[in-house]
Amino acid sequence: MAILDGAAGHLNTVGYIVLMMIGFYAMTGKSNLVKKLVGMNIFQWSIILFVVSLSAKRGASIPIVLDGHGGDAARVLDAALYVNPLPHVLMLTAIVVGVAITGVALALLLQIHRQFGTLEENELLERLRTSTGS
Amino acid sequence: MKLLHLVATTVTGLLLIMGSLDLAETGDPAAPAATHVSPRYIESSLEETGVENMVTAVLADYRGFDTLGEVTVIFTGAIAVLLILRTGLKEDEE
Amino acid sequence: MTLPPEQPPDVIIKVVCRSLVPFIQLFGLYVVMHGHSSPGGGFQGGVILAASFVLLVLAEDRATLRHHIPPAALNASTSAGVLLFAGLGVVCLALGANYLDYGPLPFAEPRSIGMLVIEIGVGITVMAAMLSIFRDLLEF
Repeated sequence: MAILDGAAGHLNTVGYIVLMMIGFYAMTGKSNLVKKLVGMNIFQWSIILFVVSLSAKRGASIPIVLDGHGGDAARVLDAALYVNPLPHVLMLTAIVVGVAITGVALALLLQIHRQFGTLEENELLERLRTSTGS
Repeated sequence: MKLLHLVATTVTGLLLIMGSLDLAETGDPAAPAATHVSPRYIESSLEETGVENMVTAVLADYRGFDTLGEVTVIFTGAIAVLLILRTGLKEDEE
Repeated sequence: MTLPPEQPPDVIIKVVCRSLVPFIQLFGLYVVMHGHSSPGGGFQGGVILAASFVLLVLAEDRATLRHHIPPAALNASTSAGVLLFAGLGVVCLALGANYLDYGPLPFAEPRSIGMLVIEIGVGITVMAAMLSIFRDLLEF
């Protein structure tokens, strides 16, 4: 585990990479299309968690000004007191778009199942080959 | 075949871990991600937009065009599911 | 695709879920409207509003969603949110500013109000899109 010594300051990144490996293996190694979709979601969440973890800052609070409204709006805030809001914004939209992607993928899987009666990749290839050959 | 996928996954993971060794420490206030764009948002978003929640300020004001694109993506997703499955207006059209 | 025959919903599940739904919807509206000053916004609030209807459909039968929200209204509100968002940008253009630059809107706090309108548009679209995807997958 000598390789982990260099990663001592950001061990959470190693966790996200392990999560990504699980998703990657499910996407490539499994032959069921639903399992591939689940793998894609795990992969996506590992990336979302990684980008959100980039926004962390020691000793900082959530990026919301507590007494902002009605207070002295013109004051300059100290950047060290609030975590980075930018990754939150990007991942907020990525999560919702991910749900839309999952919906489209499930719709495609339903149509595939209606057309071919199976979601196993090798059976699908078999059926495609026989239908184009005849 | 399974072994090949397992080897590919492990090699990818190890390469990614090796590549991540140079990343800044988690929570480091001097990390590049915390020093380039975000101080500008944190310091002046309240003054410029009058909104306390910086995430909302960046989402809807500074990057409003980006959010418009995201909403269009969700809209397109709903339309795509409707077109793939064709159930939406079945009863109404009759 | 053969779905299992629909069981009559259990009365306890039905009553509990029906009484939970208004509170979930109120919370969803709160999250949309308070996106400025507390954690929240259009995306989160829209998903919570959609989840309340999903709970209702899961507790009752498949016809419930069609009963509460007609399909045409759902499809219309999916695009109405995007139209509200893009329309506010055009209003900003007409008032002489850049696209989606809320500065010249005729309100006391123009940027705050502009963002609220946008969050409402996002909320409507997200809620309607999630429900529309859910309905299409359910009724296939």
